[in-house]
Amino acid sequence: MKKILASVIVAAILISMAFSLSGCGEEQVVLNVFNWGEYIDESLLDEFEKQTGIKINYKTYDTNETMLAKLEAGGSSYDVVFPSDYAVSEMIRKDMLLPLDFENIPNYKYVDERLKNLEYDPENKYSVPYFWGTIGILYNKNMVDDPVDTWDILWNPKYAGQILMKKDVRDAMGASLKRLGYSMNSTNDEELKQAQQALLEQKKIVTGYYGDEIKDMIANGDAAMGLTYSGDFMDLYWDESADFSHIGFGIPKEGTNLWFDCMVIPKSCKHKKEAEMFINFMLDPEISYQNSIAVGYTSPNVEALNRIRQEMPEVFELPAFWPDDSILENSDVYVDLGDYKSVYNQLWTEVLVD
Amino acid sequence: MKRMKLLAYPYSVWMAIFIVVPLFLVLLYSFTEGNIHNLTELRFSTKGYERVLEPLYLKVIMNSFVLAAISTLCCLVLGYPVAMIVSKANPKVRGMLVMFLIVPMWMNFLLRTYAWMSILSPNGFLNRVLELVGLPRLEIMPGKTAVLLGMIYNFLPFMILPIYTVLSKIDKSVIEAANDLGANKIKTFMRVILPLSIPGVVSGITMVFLPAVSTFVISGLLGGGKTPLIGDLIEQQFMWEGNWHFGSSLSIILMVMILISMAIMSRLDRNGQQEDKNPVKM
Repeated sequence: MKKILASVIVAAILISMAFSLSGCGEEQVVLNVFNWGEYIDESLLDEFEKQTGIKINYKTYDTNETMLAKLEAGGSSYDVVFPSDYAVSEMIRKDMLLPLDFENIPNYKYVDERLKNLEYDPENKYSVPYFWGTIGILYNKNMVDDPVDTWDILWNPKYAGQILMKKDVRDAMGASLKRLGYSMNSTNDEELKQAQQALLEQKKIVTGYYGDEIKDMIANGDAAMGLTYSGDFMDLYWDESADFSHIGFGIPKEGTNLWFDCMVIPKSCKHKKEAEMFINFMLDPEISYQNSIAVGYTSPNVEALNRIRQEMPEVFELPAFWPDDSILENSDVYVDLGDYKSVYNQLWTEVLVD
Repeated sequence: MKRMKLLAYPYSVWMAIFIVVPLFLVLLYSFTEGNIHNLTELRFSTKGYERVLEPLYLKVIMNSFVLAAISTLCCLVLGYPVAMIVSKANPKVRGMLVMFLIVPMWMNFLLRTYAWMSILSPNGFLNRVLELVGLPRLEIMPGKTAVLLGMIYNFLPFMILPIYTVLSKIDKSVIEAANDLGANKIKTFMRVILPLSIPGVVSGITMVFLPAVSTFVISGLLGGGKTPLIGDLIEQQFMWEGNWHFGSSLSIILMVMILISMAIMSRLDRNGQQEDKNPVKM
């Protein structure tokens, strides 16, 4: 018995030595990828590791603000990050990004021309679009009998205790500003004060302020409606494990936020070439298609979109996947607020602690 | 003896780098304003503290202390009898009971809080069961009741374990002596067991109150972020608002208040220990 045990141990030691020796041969590259939660088909990470032999260390965040705070605090090195439009501009302004070498990203040619050279990165030097979408109201059709086509419904006392708000300064302030007819990027103190006042008023009927939990809570029937991203609806729409046909998504006619999430390489990057390989991999039509179906957001990849259009044309009827031009006309893309950011932040903190 | 002192060096260095330096930085940030990444650009300012004193934020601090006090009290009321039962159980069962108390702590605290969320949520497990048996639904989450429940659940073991340790170390002969001298069960408990267990109670209160007053996440998830506690506010400053100066001021204020409450507790402890000698000698 003892002999068997001894030989097992010796074998185990030899095997582990063999493994560690092969590891010594070439330093294995580990890419630190920092993405939003529930924002990638995680099987694609394995696929990338299998194709390239590059290991991925995958971490997630829940708002642009937390991601920026983490990167600005330093001490951590990330190779690929996924900021939204206004966060991309802020990172460019603060000199936090490395320019991309598009030689290494040939799949960039599949990106929709309309999504290139947008205002947040005018010469498209630092970013590649990953997904785009809107924010709107996710609701339970059995619990809401009014049409969900205006921000006012989030302020309707009829639904007191049934409303979830997004715990995100830009989205909450943005919705409140838009409802009052102002721009989501307002830097007018009077307008902001009014928007804050409206949020304080709304707090009396709000059930709670949440982040990614909103989708699950609406799906579970814990609340009737909540402010959230378009992809949360698509995620439920494509979920085959349960029937979510009673869940709807409305985009307010006053207009909403049109956002673009991008892939960028921050200055703390240690493996730029591998990071660009990863970005190129994510832009591959096949990968992009699979990712878009899994995550639910609209891909910027023309080939992937064409395939989805052929296979399921009905998806393009859904405002959450393909919003009407009329909605997009009234919508704002968030811009970097610069020093005005702290004003928004303080107003929002005051709403939360009140 | 000298060699033993040498052994303490690594820890002293560790303390200096990872406790003293960060604490100093927090203190520095709390009294300054300007760019946090460049120490030379910092200017002296008390703006952070001035903002803490605004009624809005004082209310948050008040809320945190009241909630922490209530949950500590609940933990004491619930935990003391449990500690008694465990300490009186026969040794075989006792080990298992202690295990039951500790095992849930092996699981991540965040995960357990999410579990509570799906139990307490409006359409969650608890309400479905209540509906099934025809009872009215409970509307406690998101709300203060749910936050309190979450806090009590998470911190209860920290109350039970120190009390249990002290109770199980009480000399049996002391209790026998009380009985021989004609004290009934209630009297024995009031005059012998309770005074002797005060050190455990004090450390239990400290171990529950400290994490309870600075907790975050629980109030965000179970309370829906509608009544943030001081821990949430500090997190908000560092992770979202990016206002490290205000966040540091809040942290310093919280630390001072905790130090004061600990000083009060240790005083109580000392008084308790002086008193508890008397009944034994009697």
